[in-house]
Amino acid sequence: MSALPAVQRTRPLLSVVDLHVYLGQSHVLQGVSFDVADGGVTALLGRNGVGKTTTIRAILGLVGRQGRIVYGGDEIQSLATHKIARREIGYVPEDRDVFAGLTVDENLKLAERDAEPRYGLVYELFPELRERGKQRTGTLSGGQQQMLAIARALLNDNRLLLVDEPTKGLAPRLVTEVARVLERVAELATILLVEQNLGVVRKLARDAVVLDQGRVVHAGSAPAFLGQPELVRRLLSVSVA
Amino acid sequence: MSTFVLLTITGFGLAAMYFLIASGLSLIYGLMGVLNFAHGLFLTVGAYSTWWFGTHLTGLGNVTVRYLVSALIGLCVGALFATLVELLLIRPLYRRHIEQVLVTVGLGLAGTALVQAIWGQDSRPFVTPKWMNETTTVLGAHVPNDRWVEIGAAAAVLVGLETFLRRTRYGLIVRAGVENRAMVTALGIDVRKAFTLVFALGGIAAALAGVLSGVYFSTIDPTQGTNLLIFAFIVVVIGGLGSIGGSALAAVVVGLLQQYVNYYASSGIGDMAVILLLGLVLLARPRGLAGAFAT
Repeated sequence: MSALPAVQRTRPLLSVVDLHVYLGQSHVLQGVSFDVADGGVTALLGRNGVGKTTTIRAILGLVGRQGRIVYGGDEIQSLATHKIARREIGYVPEDRDVFAGLTVDENLKLAERDAEPRYGLVYELFPELRERGKQRTGTLSGGQQQMLAIARALLNDNRLLLVDEPTKGLAPRLVTEVARVLERVAELATILLVEQNLGVVRKLARDAVVLDQGRVVHAGSAPAFLGQPELVRRLLSVSVA
Repeated sequence: MSTFVLLTITGFGLAAMYFLIASGLSLIYGLMGVLNFAHGLFLTVGAYSTWWFGTHLTGLGNVTVRYLVSALIGLCVGALFATLVELLLIRPLYRRHIEQVLVTVGLGLAGTALVQAIWGQDSRPFVTPKWMNETTTVLGAHVPNDRWVEIGAAAAVLVGLETFLRRTRYGLIVRAGVENRAMVTALGIDVRKAFTLVFALGGIAAALAGVLSGVYFSTIDPTQGTNLLIFAFIVVVIGGLGSIGGSALAAVVVGLLQQYVNYYASSGIGDMAVILLLGLVLLARPRGLAGAFAT
């Protein structure tokens, strides 16, 4: 594993220690360990199929796993998913997973957890959601569904947001829009971001963790990592412009 | 004309019972992925509880009062039984669907056998108010009054469930859970409470079907729940898993089809017609009439 300096500036908000996940016969995560600093954006990078989404789902307990997950000083690996989420962890899943049969308003109402949900912030960032409140979510465009998925996580005052490929499948204009929103959100909460678009990672991420074949192969400063084109090409199979 | 009217209203009465069983069955499968083969036992428990209290609460005197009180007790027993089944048998097997099926099949068989062992295989006459056995004349057809009660009860349950699903937070959780249970939990919601609630509601509806089937058939027997469960499963599949509206529509189609075919073709052919309809719906709309959403 290669490492670059300036990984940890503060006490980590989240520590994943020796995480193993088996899906059927596949040993998908093979002892993944990394920290997420309190504040800012940590990018979780890697080629397709290396276990990024599984890592996010394992943190939330959506897949069976072994290992330790320490969040805010407490071990949470034995908690049920809903109890983990109630510890101020928001989730924006890879495929949005909005409830297609419910309206936009109903999707947001379902996500309410705090006594005073932050509708002001949500409608400030996504004014279109207010206009489409009565619309069934299944009829929204991909970009609108992505906005709703992010809005759902922003409705509560979360300390940590697990954001899985928020720009996947979006038009370039919407990618810029989502990046702008996440930049604003990063001022309010720590973000663990799975993202394939290195332009977005460059704009947002302070730290980077790179997975390959179910293991962490690199952890360090995101700008420093992206500043090494050869390393990026080797670990991510993409060229850095 | 009068025969057609009688067949239609009787078909709606039969549909009402199918719907009462199917609605709980559909929600339970839609939300939890549990194929509850013990659901017919919920009906039997409701029917026998009502019958037992109806024959023992003689001190109440008035048959109508006795029937209503014993029916209310039957519904409570049905709800309690369904809740205990969820808490004690289904919850420990969460996500283990094969084991859940085996347990519910076993419970259905064992429960039916237990009822037979205690009260025998013979049919038991059901005590009902006199006015329910009388008839009302509609367009020349003498329609038994209990058919109106069955139709009214099913309509009330339909409206009640729709109101629950559309107007309450738990209803919202159930509708979302039917689509994506994992995402509901990731929002910080304990979906297991919704599971228990849905089981209890399913138990009440099935017990109500038991109470009304006793009136419809004039008797109850230990296999009544299992026999009606087969058609309830067909209604759920035709209507679309997880859809209350779909179940209501499918129940009406199945009930009417059985009545018409049994009368105009030959007795017994109605069941075959329902199977044929099931095959056609599965070919044309594999997800049923209403798809996968809880509507």
